[in-house]
Amino acid sequence: MAIEVRIPTILRSYTGGAKVVDGSGDTLADLLTDLDSRHSGLRGRLITETGTLHRFVNVYVNDEDVRFLGALDAKLSDGDSVTILPAVAGGAFGFAAAAAISSHSAAAAAISSHSAAAAVSSRGTAVAAR
Amino acid sequence: MARYDSLLDACGGTPLVGLPRLSPTVPDGAPPVRLWAKLEDRNPTGSIKDRAALFMVRAAEEAGRLRPGDTILEPTSGNTGISLAMVAKLRGYRLVCVMPENVSTERIQLLRMYGAEIIFSPAAGGSNQAVATAKQISAEHPDWVMLYQYGNEANARAHYETTGPELLHDLPTITHFVAGLGTTGTLMGTGRYLREKVDGIQVVAAEPRYGELVYGLRNIDEGYVPELYDASVLSRRFSVGTRDAVLRTRQLVEVEGIFAGFSTGAILHAALAVAHEAVRDGRRADVAFVVCDGGWKYLSTGAYGGTLSDAEDALEGQLWA
Repeated sequence: MAIEVRIPTILRSYTGGAKVVDGSGDTLADLLTDLDSRHSGLRGRLITETGTLHRFVNVYVNDEDVRFLGALDAKLSDGDSVTILPAVAGGAFGFAAAAAISSHSAAAAAISSHSAAAAVSSRGTAVAAR
Repeated sequence: MARYDSLLDACGGTPLVGLPRLSPTVPDGAPPVRLWAKLEDRNPTGSIKDRAALFMVRAAEEAGRLRPGDTILEPTSGNTGISLAMVAKLRGYRLVCVMPENVSTERIQLLRMYGAEIIFSPAAGGSNQAVATAKQISAEHPDWVMLYQYGNEANARAHYETTGPELLHDLPTITHFVAGLGTTGTLMGTGRYLREKVDGIQVVAAEPRYGELVYGLRNIDEGYVPELYDASVLSRRFSVGTRDAVLRTRQLVEVEGIFAGFSTGAILHAALAVAHEAVRDGRRADVAFVVCDGGWKYLSTGAYGGTLSDAEDALEGQLWA
């Protein structure tokens, strides 16, 4: 058995487009080194020059934030599930701003084509009719 | 019950109710493990955000930043906007909300009903863009007051001064506090208060994990962590996916009769995790968690019925918490 690692869309260029890759290691640091041997450059996107987890990256082991489990020293076991996600303003509904993407089709279009995204942004801001 | 001079005075003081059916059973002779729900949907506009809105407005008034007739600006389309719209109406301010242009029409209708005006930010930029747009508009209208809940200490202080003391008063034996992580105000304020008063208190964050589309456009260097966030206040932080959040939201109404929104389901999922750990370790636990709001605003998602997979599909790409 291995450790299953979920890769966010933005980093899949390092995994040949794969959403989920397998890795191994006794700690998160080991796992990232192992992953980097097959997916070169991935580690560098997650860890800063000073050797800590990037501020805007969240890593979860079995759904728990590794920063509360020892960060890069967090212990891993075979069968664990590791999820990597970018930090997003959001949560408790306060910032439904990302509901920007609530329309499935609009988001899919924006992802599939930069020009679609640009077209949406070009609408800019407008004060709504009162 | 009590009587109040105005709706604003009726903010907070919400009930804490036990969940005897959802609390895990413990072996004979083992210490009890109990779940308690803080019903924040019983606030004036139906969400926990009334507390923060009231405190942020009062703080701005006391600091002389807000005077009658002033305009308040806030990047939100959710509960904070609705709370601020109510407070602004009753205290005599105009509220302008910045939100993504493709937010649901219910949200827009509710905000307008409470009297808010709306400025739309480009949909493709998501939340970061809404923050940036709000900051830009703020620069263009220096006389408008931006309360900015993600960095406003009065947001956290509302919970330090009200939510925390209420919980300790109603549940002096509290061992765990579980809440959602958005602006982080609830966890920072309540967490700090409880850490000062309760030895060994566990402050647990439940963070919604949305469908991929929500994260899809985001570059890691464009990430955003609210200014209020201080990791040292937390003991643990869980990421809860859509499926688990929906499952727990349904369980809460089916088993205990509490009809809540999906962020509450995510919080309950984390609360159950720590409760079951306590049972496994043979430890006593009184786990209090936050019911952020009622389920009414989310009925149109269709995620309260059908299979879990249907619900997951219905919420894919949405900010459900």
